[in-house]
Amino acid sequence: MKKGWIAYPYVVWLVIFIFVPLLLIVFYSVTKTTDEGIVFTLEYFKRFFEPIYIMVLLRSLYLALISTIICLLLGYPLAMILASKEFRHKRVLLLLVVIPMWMNFLLRTYAWLTLLEKNGVINTFISFIGLPKMELLYNQGAVVLGMVYNFLPFMVLPIYSVLIKIDKSIIEAAEDLGANSRTVFRKVIFPLSLPGVVSGITMVYMPAVTTFVISRLLGGGQFTLIGNLIEQQFLYTGEWGFGSALSLLMMILILFSMAIMSKYEKESEGGGLF
Amino acid sequence: MTNHEIIRLVDISKTFDDTPVLKNINLYIRRNEFVTLLGPSGCGKTTTLRIIGGFEEPTTGKVLFEGKDITNIPPYKRKLNTVFQRYALFPHMDVAENIAFGLNIKKIDKKLIKEKVENMLNLVNLQGFEKRSVDSLSGGQQQRVAIARALVNEPDVLLLDEPLGALDLKLRKGMQIELKNIQKKLGITFVYVTHDQEEALTMSDTIVVMNEGVIQQIGTPIDIYNEPKNAFVADFIGESNIIDGVMIEDYLVEFANHRFKCLDSGFEPNENVDVVVRPEDVKLVPKGQGMIEGRVLSVLFKGVHYEMLVQSNGIKWLVHSTLMEPVDSIVGINILPDDIHIMKKVR
Ligand SMILES: Nc1ncnc2c1ncn2[C@@H]1O[C@H](COP(=O)(O)OP(=O)(O)OP(=O)(O)O)[C@@H](O)[C@H]1O
Ligand SMILES: [Mg+2]
Repeated sequence: MKKGWIAYPYVVWLVIFIFVPLLLIVFYSVTKTTDEGIVFTLEYFKRFFEPIYIMVLLRSLYLALISTIICLLLGYPLAMILASKEFRHKRVLLLLVVIPMWMNFLLRTYAWLTLLEKNGVINTFISFIGLPKMELLYNQGAVVLGMVYNFLPFMVLPIYSVLIKIDKSIIEAAEDLGANSRTVFRKVIFPLSLPGVVSGITMVYMPAVTTFVISRLLGGGQFTLIGNLIEQQFLYTGEWGFGSALSLLMMILILFSMAIMSKYEKESEGGGLF
Repeated sequence: MTNHEIIRLVDISKTFDDTPVLKNINLYIRRNEFVTLLGPSGCGKTTTLRIIGGFEEPTTGKVLFEGKDITNIPPYKRKLNTVFQRYALFPHMDVAENIAFGLNIKKIDKKLIKEKVENMLNLVNLQGFEKRSVDSLSGGQQQRVAIARALVNEPDVLLLDEPLGALDLKLRKGMQIELKNIQKKLGITFVYVTHDQEEALTMSDTIVVMNEGVIQQIGTPIDIYNEPKNAFVADFIGESNIIDGVMIEDYLVEFANHRFKCLDSGFEPNENVDVVVRPEDVKLVPKGQGMIEGRVLSVLFKGVHYEMLVQSNGIKWLVHSTLMEPVDSIVGINILPDDIHIMKKVR
């Protein structure tokens, strides 16, 4: 390769900001400092398998799954509306989907806090029309709501971009061959949109599993997720070893699911699945 | 019942964003007929076909199918199938699944489907292609899959939008014959769109010549070729010499500074007309023996005949002849009364 040197800055970047930190994490996760100096240990990994931590992991996976399903159920129809030619206000709607992404993640989540608080906007309205105030914050529902709200665009956009690329004449061909709109969706539109669905699921599920901001703000610390656990190890308890081990396990989990997803994506592109 | 009418378009017009694309189309199609819509690019052929197929609603007018108004019936309920201009194959299905799509929806027995798909693949010469993905096919193969996918449903009417456009000349000729045979054998009404006049002339029972959204002429290939109704049709169907002339009286027309006998009558005295003469009807004779004289400007060999341009009194005659006259030679030109076609000026 002639212009190989162009890649050097990126290689340096990769080494400094990705490779070295990764090595450090691995290093911290398998060593501890004792009186005899730094020794090798697997105790952090063992500790993870205590029921309390497994519970945290399962809860993270579960809440992320629920959020992803809701995102898919909300996002797919939304993407279809956006992609349909007949819809007049699609630019406005598309903007509404995208604008929140331009705002700071933290700010967006704080905004929900003021809405859902005991004396927040919604409760004020509810008591104004004479109903008892409700406990809207600091429960699983609030966490899921936060995840769905924050990650919905990541579901809508990939599906939308696949849907608008579907040739209109293919849909007409299906109608021509006797397919009503439901059959057209089932046999043509949905299978063709699968790559978008798969990448949407990936893009929602991954950050949802690892989030710690949403669960801390909207879950009020009662819903420790794996992200919170890692955060605690580094910021509060100072157990860098355990935090590193958790991060590593998380990374392996994510890589594993990505591998499955990408395999699935390839298959569906080839049309082998349907 | 071969002459029974199956489709009728009544006063169809179509406007896209205030641009009229079809103007007052009236047309009927008989059962088992091979009808070709012929016209230059953008004249509204595809739009007409899409209105018959139900993919486009006419701005005004009605579509009748076996006498019933189907203007507002969705495509999937219409008893016709379409071969789209750009194939529109399903990219996520293999060749066999594409062809079986319509049959699967009708919930036909799987074994029967397989059999029918195989027959279709034989018919379009794609044996052994069942499991191929459609992206791996050449343009011509894709087109044949598209034809098979529509035909396998044995529709009453098949709409074909330039189905042979992507094929090379040899394959196209072969498929023209093939399609014509299929149409006769299966007894399907074909509504065929093309801008290739030769294709239209060889395949059709009836040709509908269109220009700028208006039907110019409807007739058999022979009618259209020999008796074009106006200068546009004459020009579009085969090459023509179209010359300004003046109808002196019945059966006498003046053009190229000469008065020619002709077979036409019923014009006003001294009415300005278009005179159409086919290139093969311009007869070159030795100097001095012709009605008019001209000088040969150019000669092109075209395989079977020579194509010559002969200048005479300010008119350039396009001449087809099996005999060549050398460039710059002076020749006589004869045109027989039978070969002079007089047309009312349109503009
Ligand atoms: N959906 C549409 N919106 C706006 N204008 C359109 C639309 N479809 C077709 N037209 C216009 O209508 C006219 C006729 O189009 P049509 O596709 O029927 O032509 P055609 O005769 O099939 O031409 P070709 O031989 O190039 O396929 C064209 O000027 C085209 O630009
Ligand atoms: Mg067209």
